[in-house]
Amino acid sequence: MQIRPILATLRKHRIPAILIVLEIALACAVLCNAVFMISRRVASISLPNAIDEKELISVSMHGADPTRAAADIPRNLAALQGIAGVQAAGVISSLPLSTDNWGWSFGTQPDSVLEDRSSDQNTNVSLYMMAQGTERVLGLRLRQGRFFNADEYPGSLIGSGALPSTHVTVITESLAKKLWPGQSPLGKTIYSKPAYFTVVGVVADVLRPRLFGSDGLRSYHSSFFPMGPDQALANYVLRCPPAERERILREAVQKMQALNPSAVINGNTYEAIRNRYFADTSSMAWMLVLVCAVMLAVTAVGIVGLSSFWVTQRRAQIGIRRALGATRGDILRYFQLENFLLVGIGILLGMLLAYGINLFLMAHYELPRLPMLYLPAGALALWLIGQGAVLGPAQRAAAVPPVVATRAA
Amino acid sequence: MFGYYLDLALRSLKRNRVLTALMVLTLALGIGASITTLTLLRLLSGDPLPQKSSRLFYAQVDPNSLSGYVAGQTKPDSLMGYVDAMNLLHAGRGTHRAALALTQAKIVPEHSTEHPYFSDGVITTTDFFPMFEVPFRYGNGWTAEDDTNRAALVVISDFLNDKLYGGANSVGKMLRINNHDFRIVGVLQHWAPQPRFYTQELGGRSYGDGEALFMPLSTARALNMDPQDIECYASVGNINKLEEAPCEWLGFWVQLDSAKAVADYREFLANYAKEQMALGRFKRSETALLDLMGWLRDREVVPDDVRLQTYLAFGFLLICVVNTVGLLLAKCLRRSREIGVRRALGATRRTVFAQFMVEASIVGLAGGLFGLLFAELGLWGVRHQPAEYASLARLDLTMFGSTFAVALAASLIAGLLPAWRACVLAPAPQLKAA
Repeated sequence: MQIRPILATLRKHRIPAILIVLEIALACAVLCNAVFMISRRVASISLPNAIDEKELISVSMHGADPTRAAADIPRNLAALQGIAGVQAAGVISSLPLSTDNWGWSFGTQPDSVLEDRSSDQNTNVSLYMMAQGTERVLGLRLRQGRFFNADEYPGSLIGSGALPSTHVTVITESLAKKLWPGQSPLGKTIYSKPAYFTVVGVVADVLRPRLFGSDGLRSYHSSFFPMGPDQALANYVLRCPPAERERILREAVQKMQALNPSAVINGNTYEAIRNRYFADTSSMAWMLVLVCAVMLAVTAVGIVGLSSFWVTQRRAQIGIRRALGATRGDILRYFQLENFLLVGIGILLGMLLAYGINLFLMAHYELPRLPMLYLPAGALALWLIGQGAVLGPAQRAAAVPPVVATRAA
Repeated sequence: MFGYYLDLALRSLKRNRVLTALMVLTLALGIGASITTLTLLRLLSGDPLPQKSSRLFYAQVDPNSLSGYVAGQTKPDSLMGYVDAMNLLHAGRGTHRAALALTQAKIVPEHSTEHPYFSDGVITTTDFFPMFEVPFRYGNGWTAEDDTNRAALVVISDFLNDKLYGGANSVGKMLRINNHDFRIVGVLQHWAPQPRFYTQELGGRSYGDGEALFMPLSTARALNMDPQDIECYASVGNINKLEEAPCEWLGFWVQLDSAKAVADYREFLANYAKEQMALGRFKRSETALLDLMGWLRDREVVPDDVRLQTYLAFGFLLICVVNTVGLLLAKCLRRSREIGVRRALGATRRTVFAQFMVEASIVGLAGGLFGLLFAELGLWGVRHQPAEYASLARLDLTMFGSTFAVALAASLIAGLLPAWRACVLAPAPQLKAA
């Protein structure tokens, strides 16, 4: 197939050719950026979280009399454990993705104080305080070291302070890597004068109550502390078979309301907590998907429209070519190649535009650079759409009989 | 003449229904998408108190240590500590002034069969109501004396009044909040200015319902009701003694009625910071006094997602317009002979151009009509999203009008190229070919 006659024809029909190129370029630019936004959202929705999400129920209790915590917590736990189907019960200060964040900044030097605000000195960490046995309820996965010993729980309270009165902590793998890159974190200490905590164990990455964009690394800066019966322990967690979650949740809420009539009780499956956290993000992702689909359809329709008009306009020429010996295949391939060339130019322009828009968005919003992978992927998608759209008109062109040549003009 | 063009245009549009439908649909989709996002953007970046916002100011000071400080470049913290807020409050400058924080208030229903629940509450000082022009249905706010005396008084919202008392006048009744009895002194009319300007940074939402109740700051703190958001700038001994802790948890607003009052207050704030530095309480001299809209801009209250959606929608509209250009062009060039005949019969280029522009604008108006439909559909979709601003998404009269303006503009731009192509065609070759 020769390209030169195609180029010669395109030069004669500049406006439709420019329009097709423009359509493709715009579609390419907008599409690449929209798909990029979708992928970033999907990435944050699917961030892994090393707890047994499917087996967990949470019943939170707020507004209870804080002076009665020591008596209420063991009683509530015992009552919850008594519900048929509950495999284990525990209590923790907050849950990943619950938005209820207890954050503090720590340094790795003994003289680190909270006032050191710059990020190279201090690392902001989310705190989870929990009662004995709660790590088994959540299904935390121990990677190094140990969980807390039984004697580390009772004396650790938060009371009117801001940090638990213990000196041990378990941290996530990501946090360990951030604080002491390339070293074993066991036995190391985090400081915020006068408080200090020695790392006794490392667990697989657990998300914080609130994420930091889709920044996977910072979103895993979580730490765990042992805690005796203290009012900070407000989230009862139950482990149960996924099939029985709804029934157990209802019973657990009723039981807690009956036991604590003056407190506010809220029950949720963990999956509901996670879904609620990402509800906005996922609806935005679906909206973007919809816009992309409609945009591609509109572009395809535009190409079909212009190509069929083009074919009609060139019936006479096609007839002459057929009369001079071109086969149907030749005509079909001619239009396909022509479309391939036009879409190619469109993609070239579109990619430049796409990276331009991306640079603009990077300057104004928290967006990273568009990955290079989008270039071949976007090009392939648009070439496929172009070929799909031109197929109909090209087939109609190929069906033009040679006899047209003798009739026209 | 216009009537004749209209007739011609309609005939031509009818001749190729599929192409016409595609053009209208393409344009309508683009318009629908952009009007949906524009409506949202306009609502979200609106002025919550249009008659007063230019006279309301948010004051900031900076009690942080010198760590990470760059003179002249570091912004003061968005919240204020108790001591500074009280100093500014008692300095008595400005027409009105108020310190406030948000809290979760546990409401205990009278009937023991109902379970207690949390409601959003504002803990503030007396001037909150006159300063923000909060409308009362029954009763009124509390006095400065009540603030000093830590009076157990509460103002409730219309929706809490509906829920608890079926909308009746509940002034004088007792309401149990956090296991203490409060006397209701006022019931509000519906009041929820959007965006929720005074809740910014205090741990509240940016959009959505207003708070259920309002009570004196002094009373709430005496009963240990905690603010929603607490930022500490140094190590804390006792988090329950928030009044003395090195923590910030209040927002401070002041009403200043003239440019001179604003300049005076700025100077007063700067002097206050210097004074505190002399006393050793402050290390930094930065202060800020932003007006209401400036404060909302500073907090970037409009979600990034909404802005990105708007860009995307306009990219999409552009694609739709280019497609319409293509389809109109295809349609118009197919009619070269008709144009040739008209030109040969004496029609000027100008009249041919006008005829095609009329045709394009008919497509545009039809596109606008369907676009309105798509926009309503889009806003309906937004209302069913989980976002906190979802319930606000409604088309107002201005946006209704601008839909057609955008549609007409888009179609006229789309029609320019085809109309120009049509009017520059030389009539002779077209006639010969026929």
